[in-house]
Amino acid sequence: MAMTPTPTQPREEFIQRSRSSAVAGSGLNLLEVAALKMHFPLTQGIVFQRQVGAVRAVDGIDFFVEKGETLGLVGESGCGKSTTGRAILQLYKPTAGSVKFDGTELTTLGGEQMRRMRRRMQMIFQDPYASLNPRMTVGNIIGEPLEVHHLAAGKAKTERVQELLRIVGLNPYFTNRYPHEFSGGQRQRIGVARALAVEPDFIVADEPISALDVSIQAQVINLLEELQEKFNLTYLFIAHDLSVVRHISDRVAVMYLGKIVELADRIDLYENPLHPYSQALLSAVPIPDPVIETKRKRIILTGDVPSPVNPPTGCRFHTRCWKAQQICSEVDPEFIEHAPRHWAACHFPGA
Amino acid sequence: MPELLEVKDLKTQFFTRDGVVRAVDGVSFELAAGETLGIVGESGCGKTVTALSLMRLIPQPPGKIVNGSIMFDGADVMKMDDDEVRGIRGNNIAMIFQDPMTSLNPVLTISRQITEALELHLKMDRAEARKRTVELLDLVNIPSAKKRLDDYPHQFSGGMRQRVMIAMALSCNPKLILADEPTTALDVTIQAQILDLLKNLAREFRTAFILITHDLGVVAGMTQRIHVMYAGKIVEKADTGELFANPKMPYTWGLLRSIPRLDELRKAKLVPIEGLPPDLIALPPGCRFEPRCQYRREICAKEEPELVGIPNAKPDHEARCWGTQQGGWLVDLDWRHEIGDIAVLEEIKKEIADLPPDVKRAGEAGGGTPPPPPPA
Repeated sequence: MAMTPTPTQPREEFIQRSRSSAVAGSGLNLLEVAALKMHFPLTQGIVFQRQVGAVRAVDGIDFFVEKGETLGLVGESGCGKSTTGRAILQLYKPTAGSVKFDGTELTTLGGEQMRRMRRRMQMIFQDPYASLNPRMTVGNIIGEPLEVHHLAAGKAKTERVQELLRIVGLNPYFTNRYPHEFSGGQRQRIGVARALAVEPDFIVADEPISALDVSIQAQVINLLEELQEKFNLTYLFIAHDLSVVRHISDRVAVMYLGKIVELADRIDLYENPLHPYSQALLSAVPIPDPVIETKRKRIILTGDVPSPVNPPTGCRFHTRCWKAQQICSEVDPEFIEHAPRHWAACHFPGA
Repeated sequence: MPELLEVKDLKTQFFTRDGVVRAVDGVSFELAAGETLGIVGESGCGKTVTALSLMRLIPQPPGKIVNGSIMFDGADVMKMDDDEVRGIRGNNIAMIFQDPMTSLNPVLTISRQITEALELHLKMDRAEARKRTVELLDLVNIPSAKKRLDDYPHQFSGGMRQRVMIAMALSCNPKLILADEPTTALDVTIQAQILDLLKNLAREFRTAFILITHDLGVVAGMTQRIHVMYAGKIVEKADTGELFANPKMPYTWGLLRSIPRLDELRKAKLVPIEGLPPDLIALPPGCRFEPRCQYRREICAKEEPELVGIPNAKPDHEARCWGTQQGGWLVDLDWRHEIGDIAVLEEIKKEIADLPPDVKRAGEAGGGTPPPPPPA
């Protein structure tokens, strides 16, 4: 059975309450995601395609993002973290569940209404080489969202583009240059400027620094932090690097095979990880200090992540978990609040 | 101890239409048998080209090793003809590449790719080589190795492929393994598996290792000595403990404080290294790091410093910096004060020393033992 902090409380009621609290939060939420599922069908046949299964990339997740905070989403490749980001922005049509942005349900919005909503939510992509059109000048790349949303045209647009370039730390006279004339870090700044052009409230940053060199990564992280302060932005920061996520985020969600297994404050997650997967993930990150490295005890997980087409029954982590008992392979643990603002989905959380 | 590998003044250049790219520009180092060395630097600093040069794998043209000597086990690799070099490659020196997806041949079975080296270098026959291959795959913890012999690389996951690469590198009992970013393409939990494996194998077989990476965290736990490279030159070399406790060169400081640490207690502002690495075709006349260095003085732009010892540091700790030479302005500077956060650092150290016991206990329980099998 799942552990309940207050034994007197009936379990069902407790789960109900803590589940809804994972979505409801404090009332200042910009984004609320409930039971979000994103399945990609697997088909067979040429003319008559019949569905033979589904890649369950995201399989029922609940969380909220408060105004002005950064929520980090961390996990290994294939865990569904990028799909989550895209499904929130409705770049994929979610299979089930609800995504509420500032009170508006996005999953049922029509094309024109959605386009208007998109002005308030933008995305920064991983690969600064692939996400900028090589045939467009920087001025056109950054100016395009201004035109699409009828925010500025003509001279006003040019001025706005130059201002944006200045904001992200580039020379405003670069407007007529092409992406290939810039280094990786500079291109990522262009991507940031494009996202900022429409003055959004919410930015999904999908591995924005993974393609950059170590000394350049810090430049982009600092830029993102400065911009957040300046424009009161809310971030969903997706990355596989736990130390980067922990650095930039206020709260961190750990994903494994399409589910969020733990969600906690950045300090709390590090000091008191409840889910065995979070514990393993934390212990696997190397720390640049030989004194610490020789002292640390590493949890080495065996095997690879199972396929999301056919995830294990019960808890999805039980095939690699050293604490697994019989119940773990039978019952999927609920995602419940074990401590204030600290959610985890595990039958045996903590030590 | 006699040195296994001695590289002197290695210069590798690429002749392109735009000019001569001085990728490796006078690199010297040595390595004893069984020793592990880390080479750290950003992309384009010449660390991979150094490794390829050691095995004479530089594509020619456009590349050429224009200067230097590479003494391996008493023989000069530079003076060998192609046949002799081929006798060393994969046999005495093996290499593990970054990307296990592209460095295995997709149209050959796993067993064929490993037996090839065994038959060629160790003159084994087919059956013998196959038997040895199973042993090797077992050694790198590939489950049911016997059944997987005739699988193709695409049937393996990324971590498994990297294990195959390691099995291949170990196949001829090499004296030296060059591992070029062996875990960069892998997830953290898989990275931990592979690093653990490499560490155990190096200890077991007393193989010398050169671990090339951009990740200071990876070398911290894996190597005995570290060389930091920048723009084709070694800019700082020291024992691993010494380098992290007492780094001297401003570029090394820059690397250390530009990465967020998992164990940071409060949100410290990252200090990025401003600007970009220099163009290897048109290098600055003085110190190569001078344009990006916040501690630079007049002399730095004029003359290039040598890699020399540092006053009040360990004797084998060397840096290529005017400021750290005798009477220099950086000799007595503590880099932790430069971040302005020495107290936090001490706090972190204490914090880790008495890590929550549950994390430790969990580690002992989970260390290597497979989880109980799910009930049937």
